[in-house]
Amino acid sequence: MTILDATDRAVLNRLQEDLPLSAHPFAEVARELGLTETDLISRIARMKDNGMITRFGPFFDAEAMGGAFCLCAMAVPEARFEIVAEQVNAHPEVAHNYQRCHKLNMWFVLATGHKSAITSVANRIETETGLAVLRFPKLREFFIGFRVAA
Amino acid sequence: MKVDATDRQIILATQQGLPLVPAPYKAVADQIGLSEDALLERIARLKSIGVIRRIAAAPNHYRLGMTANGMTVWDVDDDLIGELGPIVGALPFVTHSYERPRALPGWPYNLFAMVHGAHRDEVEAKRGEIARLLGAACRGGDILYSTRILKKAGLRLPPKKA
Repeated sequence: MTILDATDRAVLNRLQEDLPLSAHPFAEVARELGLTETDLISRIARMKDNGMITRFGPFFDAEAMGGAFCLCAMAVPEARFEIVAEQVNAHPEVAHNYQRCHKLNMWFVLATGHKSAITSVANRIETETGLAVLRFPKLREFFIGFRVAA
Repeated sequence: MKVDATDRQIILATQQGLPLVPAPYKAVADQIGLSEDALLERIARLKSIGVIRRIAAAPNHYRLGMTANGMTVWDVDDDLIGELGPIVGALPFVTHSYERPRALPGWPYNLFAMVHGAHRDEVEAKRGEIARLLGAACRGGDILYSTRILKKAGLRLPPKKA
């Protein structure tokens, strides 16, 4: 694993907060951190290259754009797990899918343009697999931040 | 109208990330034929309506050594979840926290909080912290560790004509 120095950590912690909306945002953040603009930019580029940062840019809320999302879960018999995973993943509306340790062992997120499409995709998966698709739409988000102390 | 054709161009141009240059907004503005000021104004508006949450780095938990993650779930008194949810969401080790409907009888949990840590012991300790915080308002909980990523696609725009 690549080692981050103390400055990288400070940069990563700061960059999980919002970048200023100004002509020279990196210069502003660099000043806050006591770095030069060039040093800051090259550190971000390096952390992107070595995979410490997966992405640097706007975080979009597709729901605010008119999209719909729903967390879904299924209790899949172990013997059929791989086949069901293929059936579920074949739907382009399945944004991501995780296997988890629980009776409900398959957890995926449906992302569609409209709310009505959530129901139709979930119903289609039920028909294809013969298994119930439990739906856990977000009722409220307790959103503070995604911060991870580096 | 929430997001017009120009906004969608901005979203498409920045979906992969912001250019790492001294004037990144100018670079995006040039690419889509807007003035820098017009772009900044539009981004500010998209932020005010919640389409853009913030402009920031997405850290890679795994590469940072946070290889254990667990989805903690809790059965919290409906009258108290509005008060306790934000407190759980504000914990530094909780990355996402949501209220979701229960699926009775098998699933009594209505509060979901994703917890990250270097190893499972750490995740369990943090789970204990949440349990203490919820106290008597919580009738039970569980934790679901992920064992495998079966699919992970990036953000796709809802298919829609501008």
